[in-house]
Amino acid sequence: MDYESLGLKVGLELHQQLKTASKLFCLCKPELREGEAELKLLRKLRPTQSELGQVDPAALFEFKKGRKILYEAEDRTSCLVELDEEPPHPLNQEALDICLTIALMIGCKPVDEIHVMRKIVIDGSNTTGFQRTCIVALGGLVEISGKQIPIQTICLEEDAARLLGIEGSLVHYSLDRLGIPLVEVATAPVLSSPKEAEAVALALGRILRATGKVRRGLGTIRQDVNISISQGALIEVKGVQKLELVSKVVEYEVQRQLGLLAIRDELKARGVKWEDLTDNFIDVTEAFRNTACEIIRSSINNGGIVLAVRLRGFKGLLGKELIPNIRFGTELADVAKFWGRVKGLFHTDELPGYGISSQEVTELKKRLNASEYDAIVFVADRRENASDALMAVVERARQALVGVPEETRGPNPDGTTRYLRPRPGAARMYPETDIPPIVIDEERIARLRADLPELPELKVERFIKDYRLSRKLAEQIVDSDFVSLFEEIVSKTHVAPSIIAVTLTETLKTLSREGLDVEALPDEQIMETFFLIDKGELAKEAIPDVLRWLLRSKGSKVRQAMEALGLRMMSRNEVEAFIDRLLMERKELLAGDKSKAFQRLLGIAMSTLRGKVDAAIVQEILRKRIQAEAGGPP
Amino acid sequence: MKEGLPGYRGIALKVLSDAGVRVEDMVRIRRGSEVYEGILFQRSQYDDDEHIVIKLKNGYNVGIRVTPNLVVERLGEGAKAAFTPPQPPKMNPSLPKVSILSTGGTIASRVDYRTGAVTPAFSARDLYSIIPELSDIALIETQEIFSIFSEDMGPEHWKTLAKVIAHHIEAGAKGIVVAHGTDTMGYTAAALSFALQNLPVPVILVGAQRSSDRPSSDAALNLLSAVKAATDLPIAEVLVAMHADPSDETVLLHRGVKVRKCHTSRRDAFKSINAHPMAAIKDGEVKILTEEYRRRQGGQILELKPDFDERAGLLKFHPGFNPDIIEYLVDKGYRGIILEGTGLGHVSKRCHPSLKRASSEGVFLGMTSQCLWGRVNMNVYYTGRDLQAIGIVPLEDMLPETALVKLMWALAQAKEPEALKRLMLTNIAGEISSKTSFRWGAP
Repeated sequence: MDYESLGLKVGLELHQQLKTASKLFCLCKPELREGEAELKLLRKLRPTQSELGQVDPAALFEFKKGRKILYEAEDRTSCLVELDEEPPHPLNQEALDICLTIALMIGCKPVDEIHVMRKIVIDGSNTTGFQRTCIVALGGLVEISGKQIPIQTICLEEDAARLLGIEGSLVHYSLDRLGIPLVEVATAPVLSSPKEAEAVALALGRILRATGKVRRGLGTIRQDVNISISQGALIEVKGVQKLELVSKVVEYEVQRQLGLLAIRDELKARGVKWEDLTDNFIDVTEAFRNTACEIIRSSINNGGIVLAVRLRGFKGLLGKELIPNIRFGTELADVAKFWGRVKGLFHTDELPGYGISSQEVTELKKRLNASEYDAIVFVADRRENASDALMAVVERARQALVGVPEETRGPNPDGTTRYLRPRPGAARMYPETDIPPIVIDEERIARLRADLPELPELKVERFIKDYRLSRKLAEQIVDSDFVSLFEEIVSKTHVAPSIIAVTLTETLKTLSREGLDVEALPDEQIMETFFLIDKGELAKEAIPDVLRWLLRSKGSKVRQAMEALGLRMMSRNEVEAFIDRLLMERKELLAGDKSKAFQRLLGIAMSTLRGKVDAAIVQEILRKRIQAEAGGPP
Repeated sequence: MKEGLPGYRGIALKVLSDAGVRVEDMVRIRRGSEVYEGILFQRSQYDDDEHIVIKLKNGYNVGIRVTPNLVVERLGEGAKAAFTPPQPPKMNPSLPKVSILSTGGTIASRVDYRTGAVTPAFSARDLYSIIPELSDIALIETQEIFSIFSEDMGPEHWKTLAKVIAHHIEAGAKGIVVAHGTDTMGYTAAALSFALQNLPVPVILVGAQRSSDRPSSDAALNLLSAVKAATDLPIAEVLVAMHADPSDETVLLHRGVKVRKCHTSRRDAFKSINAHPMAAIKDGEVKILTEEYRRRQGGQILELKPDFDERAGLLKFHPGFNPDIIEYLVDKGYRGIILEGTGLGHVSKRCHPSLKRASSEGVFLGMTSQCLWGRVNMNVYYTGRDLQAIGIVPLEDMLPETALVKLMWALAQAKEPEALKRLMLTNIAGEISSKTSFRWGAP
């Protein structure tokens, strides 16, 4: 696809959790809770006006949905600050230093005085109803594969509460994640292809990791991707958790926007006009009195109605697939679910089906006075919900005449996206009055500048030179989440750096391919594995087995793995005894060529001893014994 | 302070006024290759004079240090920082009439550019319009009496407030709601309990621990429940309505003379002490929690006794307490002192000479306990008996603050020492309980 001529513009907002000792505005542990919740509380949030006197429409909508929020808290990871029962403590200076360091690495200009702001978000993800955020630096430039990418802002903000689930109008959150410091790096919307977007995402991720002060694991890094094409609209895809998914998300979004533009052109060609799409909803419950459709029947039995609307000239367009599994009908269903709280909708492009007969469809068309060019959308729910849902459907259908509506969308695991909510405006920023402005003085900048972490390219060269890693391995480890852990293990053990690097790249990749969640592996357990190897209590050959066992038995320790796997190291005496016995049992092998015999016997010995003793020791003992058997000098 | 540039001083003020810009103008600020564009914002007077605050296009504020090479340029008019009250909802004339009187405090606060912190700014009308559900409960009339923080409230304000409430009751209100700062809401509640006697309708004081400019403010639920209490409650007393716990579910109504703010920041900071909460409101339903209350009934004529005498003090005794403080109050012409003694109601014998002098000069001396929970009893230890012999009056289970407010009020009602003592020991508004119930709990 020729993205340039489509006028593709992509901007990235990379969010990364920082590895600090405590949260951003209190001294709670910045970790996820392991135990049960100690406290549950129920809250409601209502929209307020920003300091410019505007109310954010998205915020207002969340409120109108009558949302209630149930929070769970545990003492170690939350206090009255997370509960919004106490004002924030002063901003975490360690987090600010990390942010300033990142800014300096990217060549951004730190602001002279930081003003913490409240960004109104009333979906419940923040107990306060706003996210605390501040601009730390502005206007940098990173060179990525030869192109200068402008960085607009670097912000320091608090992470949101962790969503546990939604049941009807009750949203359930855990407060552990709320307040973990996050850095947000936003590029200008200048990226012009999916590949470039992904390359920039990865490069920025690498720079952040180079600080050694960022968290790893699923959910610790999240990407917001802003995507637009010339005739389309600005779409914000929020919370892409895997950087590798960025290019897919961009590709699908371009495809979706092109599909919507094609629908627009088709509607134009069919002569469909704004005024053709009316809020004339017809109660068609009677037409489904004896329906075989389970969903409709149960809704009617529960006092619901079936409400329908005609979309003039839309026949065939609702069934048009925009991106895999997402049809234009899906887009209508998404807005119906969001604004009307309905579970889904039916449309004539997919009927008969779902137990709805062709007679019922004919009856429906008759009642709505629909021609063969029209589509009919209907929902079965309480009257109020059904009416809200169809209102949203008509509104969305009208937008199809214009093209692509601006939206906030969420990523699916395959890189396609779904409607989340209308795009919030700048109307939601308000000063955080509980925190006075923070002056960034020149000494602080000078101190941080004098101690900037090494850039990734330089690190690769150093790893090749100092640790004798191959270029490929050096690049892999620098690109991974484990670069700081790698250096830490290298500095604290005598294990060969290449073995550590291979473990943290290849071995973990293999385990991941086996379907294990390698991100859940605690640093301490990886470290302990290498400490035990260093002490000679564990053989390096056993690393994959140990890690696999640890991943399958969450919360266990390396020693438990060794126990379970029978990996206790054998003493030299035990190995010697084993080899002596082997030589007795397989005497015949010693008859021929000595070096061949050595190879055979080593193979047999190692099949039992692997992981219980260093292979070098087995070789040494075996060689000595064979030479002794042969009667020659060792 | 220069016109159009509030909060700016010194070098920042000079640079801005030289450039001919005003707060809320759209400006461009350059320093070498750095360029900032946005709306010039007001600055807090407590911040330094070396930075200029602008709001960038993305909504964020940043501060820019004033350096010699800074170039400030006016680009035009910017948006104004403002609160636009939405249209008040339609009123339903068939609903009971409730008056919401606002005095200021967190329940009515928003950002103050003078200090950068929050300040009282919402009128009762604003509150009504941002919580439109109020119109489903009552026909609301609003009046802004003061716009101050509660620490600035004093006996003069109690008097004005009592008079305005009396006026609204005479005009036919079925209940009165007073939006009040939480810090001294307990004192005001006690003051109104004494000033407004023979109440025909409930008077509900309500506050918020999170300001009403925040989405998570407790103001909405507290206010909705207070209005509900004003229309529905069968209790015609002065009450305080605040959250029962950290959830936005239940609001408790506490008796005005038995309530105290017990936490600096939690939503459920207010607790009934030496009393049970009077009622709870959950999901719009009122539940009465006690049988001992003054019933709302027709034909009652309010007795307004709004005067207070400020010549009363509250002294907290502590180890190392210097009796000179008592001497000072007597010298200054104080007519009564409430002591917040230890345990059952004691102060050191070091204080005896000063207390004797105060007593002999006709200064009323009343004893309460810094334990808060429980009743004073000055017969158990001889020290207590000594104090009684000096003339110190044990004030039963009255809260120290309530005792102080009652003393200020009683000083304005009774001229004779004996009449004053009798009044102090007469239960006027439930401030003295006849028994100490085990149901009331402890801290």
